[in-house]
Amino acid sequence: MTYNTFLIKYAEIGTKGKNRYKFEDVLCQQIKNHVAHLGTFTVRKEYGRIFLHAESDYDYEDLVKELQKVFGIVGICPIVVEENVTFEAIRDKVVAYVKEVYGEQSKTFKVYARRAKKSFPISSMEMNSELGHYVLEACPNLKVDVHHPDILLNVEVREQVYIYSHVIKGAGGLPVGTNGKAMLLLSGGIDSPVAGYMIAKRGVELEAVYFNAPPYTSERAKQKVVDLARIVSGFSGTIRLHIVNFTDIQLAIYEKCPHEELTIIMRRYMMKIAQEIATKNNCQALITGESIGQVASQTMHSLACTNEVCTMPVFRPCIGMDKQEIVDISEMIETYETSILPYEDCCTIFVAKHPVTKPVLDIIKRSETKLVDVIDDLMQKALETVEVVEAKVSDLEI
Amino acid sequence: MEVYFDNAATTKVVPSVREIMLETLDDNYGNPSSRHLKGVDAEKYLRYAKNVLSKQLKCEPKEITFTSGGTEANNLAIIGIAQANKRAGNHIITTGIEHPSVYEPVLYLESLGFRVTFLPVKKDGKVDLAKFREELCDETILVSTMAVNNEIGTIEPVEEIATIIKAYNDEHGKEIVYHVDAIQAFGKQILYPKRIGIHAMSISGHKIHGPKGSGALFVDSKVKIVPILFGGGQEKGLRSGTENTAAIAGFGKATEEMYSNLDENLFKMHTVKDAFIERVTQIEGVTSNSGEAPHIASISFRGVKSEVLLHALEERGIYVSSGSACSSNHPALSGVLKAIGLEKDLLDSTLRFSFCEYNTLEEVEYTIAVLTELVPVLRRFTRK
Repeated sequence: MTYNTFLIKYAEIGTKGKNRYKFEDVLCQQIKNHVAHLGTFTVRKEYGRIFLHAESDYDYEDLVKELQKVFGIVGICPIVVEENVTFEAIRDKVVAYVKEVYGEQSKTFKVYARRAKKSFPISSMEMNSELGHYVLEACPNLKVDVHHPDILLNVEVREQVYIYSHVIKGAGGLPVGTNGKAMLLLSGGIDSPVAGYMIAKRGVELEAVYFNAPPYTSERAKQKVVDLARIVSGFSGTIRLHIVNFTDIQLAIYEKCPHEELTIIMRRYMMKIAQEIATKNNCQALITGESIGQVASQTMHSLACTNEVCTMPVFRPCIGMDKQEIVDISEMIETYETSILPYEDCCTIFVAKHPVTKPVLDIIKRSETKLVDVIDDLMQKALETVEVVEAKVSDLEI
Repeated sequence: MEVYFDNAATTKVVPSVREIMLETLDDNYGNPSSRHLKGVDAEKYLRYAKNVLSKQLKCEPKEITFTSGGTEANNLAIIGIAQANKRAGNHIITTGIEHPSVYEPVLYLESLGFRVTFLPVKKDGKVDLAKFREELCDETILVSTMAVNNEIGTIEPVEEIATIIKAYNDEHGKEIVYHVDAIQAFGKQILYPKRIGIHAMSISGHKIHGPKGSGALFVDSKVKIVPILFGGGQEKGLRSGTENTAAIAGFGKATEEMYSNLDENLFKMHTVKDAFIERVTQIEGVTSNSGEAPHIASISFRGVKSEVLLHALEERGIYVSSGSACSSNHPALSGVLKAIGLEKDLLDSTLRFSFCEYNTLEEVEYTIAVLTELVPVLRRFTRK
């Protein structure tokens, strides 16, 4: 069966009252952006529905896979359209559809007809039994089961007639662009891309910041983070990745502060820098991949210490998840393989053998006073030398 | 300033090589197997390259088989010779310092039931000949050793090994085959395999300013070998697949260039290498593990992590290698460095600088200046 039209189902958008049309418009635009590279398509809204129509040849598998990356979609239904709204035409189309799609299969089915066009002379109940009758006649292996059918055969009578039985699961969530923008602290690890994905799923646009520490980290470590941002951008749309050279700040902390506190102090400065860049770029929040207790810098005490420098909300969607749960999501969004490439990142390079796990804020602040002579200049230099990379999926250049 | 001191990993293609490759890409692009003129024109480049190589190795053109590079040449030699000679025995001897493209096929053969001996090397990085003699036995069919070590540049005693094998074969009426991985030696020394008593020898084009994807295996016409790739029967059935005309032509030209000025090239490489080692070892806590090869220097920087130094040099435009490029994805530390007894602290503090005839003393000066500045700084910042 070849399909030229898809019914796009969305759930939560329907509940947004007067703002609903805005959400729908954003979703339509997101769908257009996502599928643009796969062919020529039109997207239209109709009575609380979104239809995607192919105007050119396209690859079905690629299109469905792409639509499954669009937040806001809960279901993708490949549909057959009958323009002639008469019972005979509907009957013929339905029978032909069922024959082609289910042929000799032994399954149970139920016809579920609806009449949005009330001028159509046959009631929905009558349609159900009449169409069921013809389908049974044409496909002797099918049986009717009105309670738990294998196939729910939808027939919607509107200005045209829509016939479909497959609902392919969508990503859910809300369309990106309906909920502001946030700055993701992206490392090369497993957790931060997952955190970015989860927040983008709630309709939030993403930018990202990466802390580079050459020569202690390599060009490949940086490339890996760009690659991760590209994969996440497959869901969220283009991500502007801000690459901060963090080496000098890190070395200053290393030389002047107690070694066991290095990671905490370092993370406090990372948050400060991320927050500066976020503010400059109109982001309303920060996102991190932190999860309580995963490492020394993510104990409750450490998180509290780190968080203390932030005035903007910090979202940590992985906070209550076990590592395996985070891994499962990273495998689903296909960041896992890239995340586990073995390049050292700036968090691990100087890490102490026994870092503090219960840092006390006053003590950390006292240690930070040792940086007072240099830190403002270093921070300013770091902010002035940020390199910005636009991460998007369709990059084919060398 | 950009300084490329990683010539044992690969080299840049020189203009004459690029020119001949373009001829095969732009005009003479036919399939050498085609019967028409376009095919004949393409075939001329294969004949040219084969003639260059056979002249250089003093062997017959038919004893040269072109491959996709050194790795394939080593695979073909080891697997092809072992399989063809398995009726004569099932014992293979190699060393503990070989390149992965030798030890991986050998391990594969081991999994098929062959018995393998990995010879140790002495503190100078050279194969222990006494041990080697002891290991030869009635079941031995193949010996494979490298000519020049890719990590530290030791020149291995291939002539002595060949002599021992020949004596053993004569005495016991055997036909043990000797294969040499000469990938780091080719273009850096004169090699006449048949005169030495080498029966098969792998070489590669991209280490001598030829293109990547070019290589060859010399196999003595008396040696039994079977293919590892099957198909259209090119290269007398030993290596099926449409010949990579561009790579082969480039390889031939690179060989011609390299050997037509060998003495001068070697002098240039030695000058740069010797100056570099002399200067770099004047920096405190810096020592050399280098062998005699003209183009490889292995240098240990005490208290500095090699990976970090590598990237710090990269920031200054200097490109070097930590371990060999082929094995640096391997989590295990450098095999040969351990084998020569380098102390544990230095294993992860060792870089390879490798040279070619286009490197200059100016580049050495610049690199020494950068290292003199960087090494003490990097020593200050290490993981506690």
